[in-house]
Amino acid sequence: MEAVENILSINNIEVKYHEVILVLKGVSIEVPRGGIVALLGANGAGKSTTLKSISGLLKVEVGEVTDGAIEFEGVRIHKKTAVEIAKMGIIQVIEGRRVFEHLTVEENLKVGAHLRKTGSVRDGLDLVYHYFPRLLQKRSEVAGFVSGGEQQMTVVGRALMTEPKLVLLDEPSMGLAPMLIHEIFNILMKLNKEERISILLVEQNVKLALNVAPYAYVMETGRIVMDDTSEKLKENEDIKDFYLGLSEKGKTKSFAEVKHYKRRKRWLT
Amino acid sequence: MELFFMTLTTGIMVGGIYALVALGWVLIFKCSGVLNLAMGELTLIGAYVTLSFYSMGVPFVLSILCTLIIGIVLGILIERIFLDKLIGEPILAVIMVTVGLSFFLKGLVGFIWGTDTRVFEPAIFSLKPFTIGFLKISIVYFWSFVLAIVLFLVFVAFFKYTRWGLSMQATADDETAALSLGVSARFVYAASWAIAFMAAGVGGALLGNINGVNISIGYLGLLVLPAVVLGGLNSVPGAIVGGLTIGILQNFAGTYLDGFFPGGVKEIFPFAFMAVFLLFKPYGLWGWIKIERM
Ligand SMILES: Nc1ncnc2c1ncn2[C@@H]1O[C@H](COP(=O)(O)OP(=O)(O)O)[C@@H](O)[C@H]1O
Ligand SMILES: [Mg+2]
Repeated sequence: MEAVENILSINNIEVKYHEVILVLKGVSIEVPRGGIVALLGANGAGKSTTLKSISGLLKVEVGEVTDGAIEFEGVRIHKKTAVEIAKMGIIQVIEGRRVFEHLTVEENLKVGAHLRKTGSVRDGLDLVYHYFPRLLQKRSEVAGFVSGGEQQMTVVGRALMTEPKLVLLDEPSMGLAPMLIHEIFNILMKLNKEERISILLVEQNVKLALNVAPYAYVMETGRIVMDDTSEKLKENEDIKDFYLGLSEKGKTKSFAEVKHYKRRKRWLT
Repeated sequence: MELFFMTLTTGIMVGGIYALVALGWVLIFKCSGVLNLAMGELTLIGAYVTLSFYSMGVPFVLSILCTLIIGIVLGILIERIFLDKLIGEPILAVIMVTVGLSFFLKGLVGFIWGTDTRVFEPAIFSLKPFTIGFLKISIVYFWSFVLAIVLFLVFVAFFKYTRWGLSMQATADDETAALSLGVSARFVYAASWAIAFMAAGVGGALLGNINGVNISIGYLGLLVLPAVVLGGLNSVPGAIVGGLTIGILQNFAGTYLDGFFPGGVKEIFPFAFMAVFLLFKPYGLWGWIKIERM
C-alpha cells in the first residue's frame, strides 16, 4: 500500500522522434499529488522530451511514445492530444519564456483563461496578481518588452490561469539573475502549498532544485540514472562531484564515468 | 475644389468597405500565415448571397445577418476541406491552393448565379445625394461606409477583448505556446476563415449595393490586396489606413488621371502605388518587425 497517491506516473516509456530517433529509453517517474519533484540532468539528456511526452506537445515535433505508459489520475494519457491533456489539468511551461510577445501581460494571462471552468476571468487575474504583484504593475505593457523575470512570471501566471492540477516547468531559472530566481521559486513553493498545484520541475540549477523539491530524479542520455530524496542526493558524492561542482572531476567527465570511477575507488579502499 | 472634396469623400467611403475586406485578409494572414488569394471570390459570394436573400424578400439587415452566418459555415467548410490537410506544408503550396480555390469559387458563382449584372431591387439606399455645405454625399455610400466601419469595430473588439479573440492572436504569436495552454491551432485557423468570410462577404454586399453585383466585385475584392500590403500584412490598424488610402487613391486616379490614360487607370493605380511604396517600406506601415530584446 502506498502512503501517498500519485497524480502522475510514467511507466518505463520509450520515445522516438520521426519514428527513428530514439531519445527516451525506459523512463519512469512518479509525482505525488500536491508534491514537487525535480528532474535533473545535463543538456540533451532528454528532460524537455520527458515533459513534452506528458503534455502531448511531443506530437508537434513528430515525436511519439512508442512503449510504456503515462497515467494521470489513473487515466492513460500518452495517446491523447495536447488539447485534451491541457483540458485534464496538465500545463507545460515551455522553456525559454515563450510569452505572446505582441500581447500585453494581461492579455497573455487572459489567453490562459480560455480553459477556465470555475469562476470568472477576473477571479483568475486576481489570483495571479496576488502571487505575482509585479505583473499587476506591468499588466498593460507589451509582453515582448518586459524584463526576463517578468516574462517568466507571465508564462507561469498564464499557466496558473488555466486552473492546472499539475504544472510542468522547464528550466524556469535559465538566464535570470539570482535575486529574481529566488523570488520566482518562493512564489512557486507558495503556489504548491496554498493552491495544491503539483509540480514537475526540470532544472539545470541542481542546488536550487534540490532545495525546492523534496524528491528528485537524475537523467542522462535518455535514462533515469538515479532517484532519491533531495536530502540524500545532496549528500551523494557523485552528485556533489558532477552537479554541485564541489570537485574538479565533474567538469570534464560524464556522470556515468564519475560513477564508475567512484565505484572502483570505493572497492579499492 | 468641390470636385476635389467630392472625390476625397467618395474615396473615404469606399475605402471603409475596402478596410473591412482587408481585415478579413489580415486575419487569415495573422493567424495562419496564409496569403489568401481567394479573398476576392469570398467577397463576390458574399454579395450574391446577400442579394439572393434580399430578392426573396428578406429585409436588408437580416440578409446581411444571414450572409454572416453563411460566411461562418462556408469559411469553416473551406478551411476544413481544402486547407486543414495542408497544415505544416510549405506556405507557397498553401497560397497556390488559395489561387486554385479562387478559380473554383469563381466557376461555382458563375454556375449558380450566372454572369449577368444584378442589382438590389428595390434599391435599399437611395442613390440621391444629401448635401452638407458644398459637399454632396450619396446616401448609399454613406450608409455602406457606416455599416462597414461598425462591423470593423465589432471584429476588432472581438479580438481585443474576448478570450477567443485573444487566443487567436496568441496562436498567431506562438502556436506551440498557445497549444500548451490548450488552444487548438486548427480551431483558430477555422475561426479565422469564418471571420474573414464574414468580413469579405459583407464588404461584397455593400460594394454590390453601389455598383450592382457581377463578377467584377471579385476584382474589387482583389483590389484590397494593395491596401493590405500597404498596411503591413498582419496589422489591423494597417487594414483601415490601407483601405482608406486605396479608396482615396483609386477615386483620385479615376477623377484626375482617367482623362490622360483612359480605361483601367482607376484599378491599376493602387497597385502601382503599392509597388513604389514597398520599395521604401518593405514591411508596410505597421507590419511586424520581430521584437528583439537584449
Ligand atoms: N524535435 C526533435 N527531433 C529530433 N531530435 C530531438 C528533437 N528534440 C530533441 N531531440 C534530441 O533529443 C535529445 C534530448 O533533447 P531534450 O529533451 O531537449 O534534452 P534536455 O531538455 O534534457 O536538454 C537531444 O539529443 C536532442 O538532440
Ligand atoms: Mg531542455
